[in-house]
Amino acid sequence: MKLLENVKYAKTHEWSRRDGYEITVGLSDFAQHEISDIVHIELPAAGQRVEAGKPCAVVESVKAAFDIYAPLSGSIVKINQDLETTPELPNQDPYGKGWFFTIKPDNIEEHESLMDAAVYEKFAAEGKH
Amino acid sequence: MKKTPLSHVHEKLGGRMVEFGGWWMPIQYTGIIAEHNAVRTSAGIFDLSHMGEFFIQGPDAEKFLQRLVTNDVSRMVDGRVMYTPMCNEQGGIVDDILVYRFSDQKYMLVVNASNIDKDFNWFNAYKGRQNLELTNQSETCVLIAVQGPKSVSILQPLTKTDLSAIKYYWFAESFCGDIPVLLSRTGYTGEDGFELYAAASQGEKLWELVMKSSKYKNLVPVGLGARDSLRLEASFSLYGNELDDETTPLEAGLGWTVKLEKGDFIGKEPLLKQKSGAFTKQLVCFAMKGSGIPRHGYKLYLNNAEQGRVTSGTFSPTFKKGIGMGYISCAEGKEGEELQIDIRGTKQPGIIAKRPFYRN
Repeated sequence: MKLLENVKYAKTHEWSRRDGYEITVGLSDFAQHEISDIVHIELPAAGQRVEAGKPCAVVESVKAAFDIYAPLSGSIVKINQDLETTPELPNQDPYGKGWFFTIKPDNIEEHESLMDAAVYEKFAAEGKH
Repeated sequence: MKKTPLSHVHEKLGGRMVEFGGWWMPIQYTGIIAEHNAVRTSAGIFDLSHMGEFFIQGPDAEKFLQRLVTNDVSRMVDGRVMYTPMCNEQGGIVDDILVYRFSDQKYMLVVNASNIDKDFNWFNAYKGRQNLELTNQSETCVLIAVQGPKSVSILQPLTKTDLSAIKYYWFAESFCGDIPVLLSRTGYTGEDGFELYAAASQGEKLWELVMKSSKYKNLVPVGLGARDSLRLEASFSLYGNELDDETTPLEAGLGWTVKLEKGDFIGKEPLLKQKSGAFTKQLVCFAMKGSGIPRHGYKLYLNNAEQGRVTSGTFSPTFKKGIGMGYISCAEGKEGEELQIDIRGTKQPGIIAKRPFYRN
């Protein structure tokens, strides 16, 4: 699985990166590989309030639908419009072009409590998902 | 966990293995969409050895089968394959099966993997003192399907039998190399192709033989994930989803397999009644108007009145939209009519489609 050192990871397999006052959120390489071909993504709306650990988006493969959870509480700032026409972007480039949305978090310090790459790698390898 | 004679092959090929109805099966190898598209454009190879095979032999074989299935066994000739439901006393479907006639005293039945024990017990319960022998050969058979437009060009070099002489829903006993194989021109994908029955001990050898013959022809191993999206595009029902003990063949759109004029069979009375009266439900196929994907269990609405549930739903790689099947109450449900599917709390529109969605 591909891991980036400058992002944090949630137990629900989202990655989260500090970008100024916002965090950018996407799906980890481990998760996109498990889900396999993504055919449809439902994103939250800009301005929508999200709660940490609660589902705020949906990713669909041919076989099933998967919830995406907000890593931090806050409000959605930007969403990746390309995902509407090219839902397979998170499969191809999970940490780059496959980003999902950005959040302006209530408390950006909470970002530090997410898992770093080494911890996440161990967690994902243990297969508890 | 039960394993097919080919489970070692799947693991070697990097198949993503899952538990499926008690069987250790590959859900995908390279990816469901790639595998699905390969079957539609070139060819795919499937391990279906989890299916059940029974043999019925003896002077009473035809009479016995004729009473148990809804379709007309007496119209079969040697070499023919027939698709038929098998009903209970209320007209509900016990299983949907294939009947192969070798002679009027020898038949092979191919039954759904999930119903092997149930069907064998059912047959035994109705066997009584009839002059016939019923054996369950499921464990000794391997079943490999090759499906797609390139199927014949891949299989022909392996056998002396002229494959163009085996028409759709016919079979022939032959050889692939030196392996005895029953070549059946049947399938569950909506494409041309064959299903190959052989002895379990020859399974790996047969698989490798077919793979070698397919060099440069883009034959791709296909898992259960794409098997489902392919059959749903072809509007084929799946036992457990569209078909069950409480659903009649008439409700499931299988009226063409019910030969009410043929004489007595189990379930005939309720089916006769249903044919002349009204059905309580009918199976429809639909395609989504927007980008939502229908899934098994989602609620179906017609003019905002709740009708029933989606029995099967998926994203169709061929049509690039959500497609599904489900039951609605009978008075309504014409092709072109709009229905609504509750997708995670939001009602999204779909259009009732002509069945099948896809056939090559």
